[in-house]
Amino acid sequence: MKFDAVTVNMLKTGIWESFYMTALSSLFAYLIGLPLGIILVVTDEGGIRPIPWLQKILGVAINLLRSVPFLILLFIALPLSKIVIGTRIGSPAIIIPLTIAAAPYVARVVESSFRELDAGVIEAAQSMGASTWQIIWKVLLPESRPSLLLGAALAVTTILSYSAMAGFTGGGGLGAIAINYGYYRYEPFLMWVSVVLLVVMVQIIQEAGNRLSRKSDKRIR
Amino acid sequence: METPIIRIQNLGKEFKTANGPVRALQNINLEVSAGEIFGIIGLSGAGKSTLVRCINYLEVPTEGDVLFEGKSMAAMSDHERRRTRQSMGMIFQQFNLLAQRNVIRNVCFPLELAGVPKKEARERAMELLKTVGLEDRAQAYPAQLSGGQKQRVAIARALATRPKVILCDEATSALDPNTTKQILELLKDINRKLGVTIIVITHEMAVIEAICDRVAIIDQSRIAEVGAVSEIFLNPRSAIGRKLIMGEAAAQAAGTAVSGESGRSIRIIFDGRESAEPVISNMVLACRAPVNIMYAATRDIQGKAMGQMVVQLPPDREGARRVIEYLESIRVPYEEVNGDEV
Ligand SMILES: Nc1ncnc2c1ncn2[C@@H]1O[C@H](COP(=O)(O)OP(=O)(O)OP(=O)(O)O)[C@@H](O)[C@H]1O
Ligand SMILES: [Mg+2]
Repeated sequence: MKFDAVTVNMLKTGIWESFYMTALSSLFAYLIGLPLGIILVVTDEGGIRPIPWLQKILGVAINLLRSVPFLILLFIALPLSKIVIGTRIGSPAIIIPLTIAAAPYVARVVESSFRELDAGVIEAAQSMGASTWQIIWKVLLPESRPSLLLGAALAVTTILSYSAMAGFTGGGGLGAIAINYGYYRYEPFLMWVSVVLLVVMVQIIQEAGNRLSRKSDKRIR
Repeated sequence: METPIIRIQNLGKEFKTANGPVRALQNINLEVSAGEIFGIIGLSGAGKSTLVRCINYLEVPTEGDVLFEGKSMAAMSDHERRRTRQSMGMIFQQFNLLAQRNVIRNVCFPLELAGVPKKEARERAMELLKTVGLEDRAQAYPAQLSGGQKQRVAIARALATRPKVILCDEATSALDPNTTKQILELLKDINRKLGVTIIVITHEMAVIEAICDRVAIIDQSRIAEVGAVSEIFLNPRSAIGRKLIMGEAAAQAAGTAVSGESGRSIRIIFDGRESAEPVISNMVLACRAPVNIMYAATRDIQGKAMGQMVVQLPPDREGARRVIEYLESIRVPYEEVNGDEV
């Protein structure tokens, strides 16, 4: 019940752990999910490089992965963490399952941003002789930038809330504090403090995303 | 005659849809000469957009071929087709500018795609913005421009790679009449000064009359007729041609037709030598018969004043016969307008 130095330090560590789990998982999820999202749009029927069979297989795989509840995916993927990171417990270990869960989500978020784009703009680029790569780099990505940034805020806050489950597998972060103190030791005060801190983090990320998106959008005035 | 810059040969396009195949184009044969402004007109759904998209192979025809400067587009590799597209600029009804790029970077875009060094591209873009009268808006974003200004940027962008042909798909259909006039003037200017061949797709006869040398009328996925604009204006041979040319006259006339009177109507065409008023007043004097003017307009076709007028003949047979005889005697072209066209 007291805000002594030990508690404050624990919360500080919690914030840091939540932050880096989320940041690294988001980074890796985008490294995988962004190209997947591009492939989903580009290879679609009526896309700029239609490869319908690839599009279908990818779509099904993404849906499959997305339908596994995160808590279960977490336990399935931990052996992989052991191989890649060398441990299956603690905060770093959870980055692998988080990335696996978030990448297909990111692919869908990114896909929907690209689909908002006016087909006429792509047609114009094609009429100027743009190659598939040029359309992706010079039209698809920059023209969707505001929407991609909004999507990123959505994806990162989702990843942050998933990361809170690290507590179940010996990981750290604010979620772990809430679970360990609030649930196992019944210290609701600490639980509420960590929940409030999580809420604040979500707010900051969302607000940053909104502002960046608005600022980068040249369609407004 | 030199080889046409674009020759469309037996071109056909069929779309496969969930409800079976849709024939958008059949047996299209056209030749466009270098330096001309060629119009393609037709009603909605006739296949105009499909045709223009087949010309630069954005849409791959299911039959036939397009020869650009004698080279078969069908036989080209993807890479060659992309290179060829750089010789064919395109402008659109909805402008299709890149919303996240400012004006100058939009104009630089095709140069960037073609690998032109940045500095050179900027200089060229500035030059083009001057041509279209927008050099002071170089740093603006498309959202800050009016429709007419956006289309000017699109024209500058289409000209950037020094194309030989510009394809315009309903380039003025989203603009008000005044702006339309300015944009058409600009296109005509570009055609004259740079010698760029322009292909204009439209559903408005007025656009064809304003700038085109020749026109093809497309109806239900086929070419109905092709010819010089002044010729087709004087003497449309196809049903669709008559409808398009007399369409506005008929629509206007319908509004002024005296109800209850079911007399015959004729369309009189003036080709610039005589002016409309003396013909009609002389006719009334000579025939001693009243005629009802239902519609009259003059317009400038390729610098020649052309006029058309729809008049209702006198209700009695004798009066009508006298009017027809008078027109024959002074050799003014006329034709009878069907009831359903009026
Ligand atoms: N991608 C497509 N898939 C299926 N059918 C199509 C497709 N594009 C065009 N069509 C059909 O082809 C026909 C011609 O269409 P097109 O767009 O060329 O007409 P248009 O003359 O340009 O008409 P508008 O003046 O309305 O633009 C129409 O019947 C249309 O439904
Ligand atoms: Mg069209």
